[in-house]
Amino acid sequence: MILRLAALALAGAVAAGPALADLTFPSLSYRTGPYAANGIPFADGYADYFTLINERDGGIGGEMINMIECETGYNTEKGVECYESTKGQGSLIYQPLSTGITYQLIPKVSADGIPMHSMGYGRTSAANGKVFEWVFNYPANYWDGASIAVKHLLEINGGDLSGKKIALVYHNSAYGKEPIRTLEELAKKHGYELSLLPVDHPGQEQKSQWLQIRRDRPDYVLMWGWGVMNQVAIQEAANIRYPMENFIGIWWSGSENDVLPVGEGANGYKALNMHLPGADFPIYEDLKTYVYDTGMAAGAGDQAGTVLYNRGLYAAMLAVEAAKKAQEIHGTSAITPAMMRDGMEALVIDAALMESLGIPNFGPEFEVSCDNHGGSGLGIVQQWDAAAGTWTQITDYIASDREVLDPLIAEDSMAYADENGVDMRCE
Amino acid sequence: MFYREAGEFRTSYTDDGQTFPIAFDRWRYYAVLAIAFLVVPFVINDYWANAIFLPFLIYAIAAIGLNILTGYCGQVSLGTGGFMAVGAYACYKLMTGFPDINIFFHVIGAGFITAGVGVLFGLPSLRIKGFYLAVATLAAQFFLVWLFNRVPWFYNYSASGQISAPERTVFGLPVTGPATEPWAAYLFCLVFVVAVAWIARNLTRGSVGRKWMAIRDMDIAAEIIGVNPLTAKLTAFAVSSFFVGIAGALFFAVYLGAVEVGEAFGIQKSFLVLFMIIIGGLGSIFGSFAGAAFMVLMPVLLKNVLVGGLGWATDLAAHIEFLIVGGLIVTFLVAEPHGLAQLWRVAKEKLRLWPFPY
Repeated sequence: MILRLAALALAGAVAAGPALADLTFPSLSYRTGPYAANGIPFADGYADYFTLINERDGGIGGEMINMIECETGYNTEKGVECYESTKGQGSLIYQPLSTGITYQLIPKVSADGIPMHSMGYGRTSAANGKVFEWVFNYPANYWDGASIAVKHLLEINGGDLSGKKIALVYHNSAYGKEPIRTLEELAKKHGYELSLLPVDHPGQEQKSQWLQIRRDRPDYVLMWGWGVMNQVAIQEAANIRYPMENFIGIWWSGSENDVLPVGEGANGYKALNMHLPGADFPIYEDLKTYVYDTGMAAGAGDQAGTVLYNRGLYAAMLAVEAAKKAQEIHGTSAITPAMMRDGMEALVIDAALMESLGIPNFGPEFEVSCDNHGGSGLGIVQQWDAAAGTWTQITDYIASDREVLDPLIAEDSMAYADENGVDMRCE
Repeated sequence: MFYREAGEFRTSYTDDGQTFPIAFDRWRYYAVLAIAFLVVPFVINDYWANAIFLPFLIYAIAAIGLNILTGYCGQVSLGTGGFMAVGAYACYKLMTGFPDINIFFHVIGAGFITAGVGVLFGLPSLRIKGFYLAVATLAAQFFLVWLFNRVPWFYNYSASGQISAPERTVFGLPVTGPATEPWAAYLFCLVFVVAVAWIARNLTRGSVGRKWMAIRDMDIAAEIIGVNPLTAKLTAFAVSSFFVGIAGALFFAVYLGAVEVGEAFGIQKSFLVLFMIIIGGLGSIFGSFAGAAFMVLMPVLLKNVLVGGLGWATDLAAHIEFLIVGGLIVTFLVAEPHGLAQLWRVAKEKLRLWPFPY
C-alpha cells in the first residue's frame, strides 16, 4: 500500500518540478468555492502588478519576478499543502488572503523563517513586532477597522453614541470573531449597546439573523463578512428595508461583487477601505500598455478597477517596495526571505513614493518598524452609488483609537508569547 | 505460483487463525511495515509529510473508525466530523490542562472522551435504523460544531475562537508545534495507525466483530440467536468513536496545528470519510486505507500533474479535478460496487488460481 502511495506521490513530485527563478512570490489564491467572487479580483490584481513590474521595469532591481499560484479554495488543509509545496522554491513572502490559513501559517513561517504579510486580516496582535518577528499586517488591522467604523458613527452622531444599539453581523470563524473584543471595549467607552449575530460558513442562510435585526431595530449594523455572505447580507438588509446608510461593512465586505447583485437596493451601503477605489490612477495607463494590451492579464482580465483588484495591486505593490528596500539594505538584488523580512520592517510608504508609482494618495502613509508591524491603522469610509455603479469616498483617512487598541494588542500578543515561549525583540 | 496455500502446514490453532493465511501476504505485510517504519522516515520531507503522509494516515484512522460502525455494524453515521471535533477539542483541553503529561496519553484520552460522546449519540440507534439514524447522527454533527463554536471554555476563551496546539514532545522530540521534524510527526501518526488497524482487525475477527456483523446482516435474526443489540450497537459506537476521536486529535495537534471547528470539522468532513469507506469498501480494514489513499492522494496528484506538469491555470485545474475525481468515483462504483477492497479480493482469488484459472 505504502509502496503504491510512494509511487503515486513520486510521480506527482516529479511532475511538479520546481521552477527556480530569481525572485519567487507565491500567490495563495482562491478562484473556486464560495469565496471565489472575492478571491478572483484580488488574485488578478496581485498577478497583474507583478507582470507590470516584469514587463515595464524588467523585474525588481534587475531580478525578474516568478509568481507561482496555488489554489487554496479558502480551505486550511489545501492552504497547508500550498505552503509546503511552494516554500521549497525560495518563496519570499506569503499573503494567503485568509485569516484561517494565516493562523495556521504563523507558527510555520516563524519556524521556517519566511515573512508573511496579512494585509488587513489575520491575527491582529501580529502588529506587535516584538512578539511576531515574521508576521506583518500593515497598513491596518481588524481592530483598527472596528475602531474606524465606531469613529465614523461618532462623527455622524456628534460625538455621542450612548444609548445607541449596534449589531455586528459576522462570519462565525476566526475572521469574524476578531473585532468582538474591540467593539466590546469601545462599547464600554462610548456607551453603546452591542449585539452579536453570527453567520455560519458559507453564509447563504441569514434569514434568522435579519429577522432579529428587523425585530430589534439596531441603529447601526456592522458586518464582518466575506465571499457569498456579503451579497446575501446586503440583499437581506434590502429586503427588510434596513436603511443602507446605517449599514457598514469592513473592507472585506465592500467590493462591487457584494453590492451589484442587489441592484438598486444596495444604494447607500457603506464600507471601510484601506485604499482608494476606482481606476482613476496613472498606473492604469501602464497596466493597459504593458499588461492588458499585450494579453498578459491574469484570469479573465475583467476585474480592473474593482475594489478588490485594487487591493491585490496594493498588496503586490507593498511586497515589491519591501523587496526593493531589502535590496537596498543588503546591497544585493538576489534577496532571501530573511532579507525580505528586513526590507518589510524598514518599509516607508509616503506620498512622494505613491506619486512616483503612479498611485497618488492611493493608500495611507505609514512606516513599519521593529516593534510596529501594523502600520498607521488608517482607513476611509466609502459609499456605494447604485445608479453610477461606483464607490465614492465619503471621509478622509480616519485614525483608529490607539488608546483602546494598544493595550488589547499588547495583551493578546503577550498571551501568544507566553504560550509559545517567544523571546521579546527590539529591546 | 507463489500466491497459494499449498505448502503451508499449520500445526496449531493459532497458525490456523492468523490474519494472513498465505505466506506471501504475510511477508508483504512485514515488508510494508518495515518500509513504513525504517525507510520512509529517512527520506520524508516537509511536503511529503504534511501534504501526503499525515493526511493519509489520519484519514485512514478515521475511515477505520467509521468502517467499524457503518461497514461492520451497519449503522449509518454522518457525524464523523463532529466526533473528530470532539477528539480535537478534548486533546486541546488535555494538552493545555495537563501540560506535563505525554501527548501520547492525551491523544488516547481524547479517544476515550470521544467514545463516551459517541455512545451518548449512539443511544438513538437502539430505536431507529437506516436513514433515520443517519439523520440523528447528522444532528450530532451540527450540535457538536455549534457547541464548540458557542462555548468559549472549549477554546480557552481565545479571541479568535481558534484552537492551536502548543509544542509537546515524545522522548524529548517535538511532535506538535512548528518545530516538529516531519519524520517525528509521521512516526507518531504511524504508530497510532498501526495500533488502530491491528486492534480493529482483531476485534472484527473475534466474537465482538461477529456480533456487529450479525446485527448488520439482520438485527432481528441476530437478537434471536442471542446477540444483545444494546451492547453490540453501543460497543460499535464506542470503538468507532474512539478511533475517530484519535483521528480528530491527530488531525488537529499533529497535522494542522490550529483549527477552527466550522471549517475543519464541518459536514464535508463527515461526507469525505463516508466516501472513503464507500469507495474503499465497506467492512474492510484494507478498504479504509485504500479509500483514504484515493480521496487524499488523488486531488494532490491531479493538482501536481495539471498545474505543475501541464501548467494549467489553477482555477481550471481545480474544477477539472472535481470532474475527474467525481468521474473516477462513479466509474469505480459502477465497475465494482463493493469498492477497491473487493477489487483487491478478486485479484487475490485470481492469483490463487493462476496460471490455471477456471
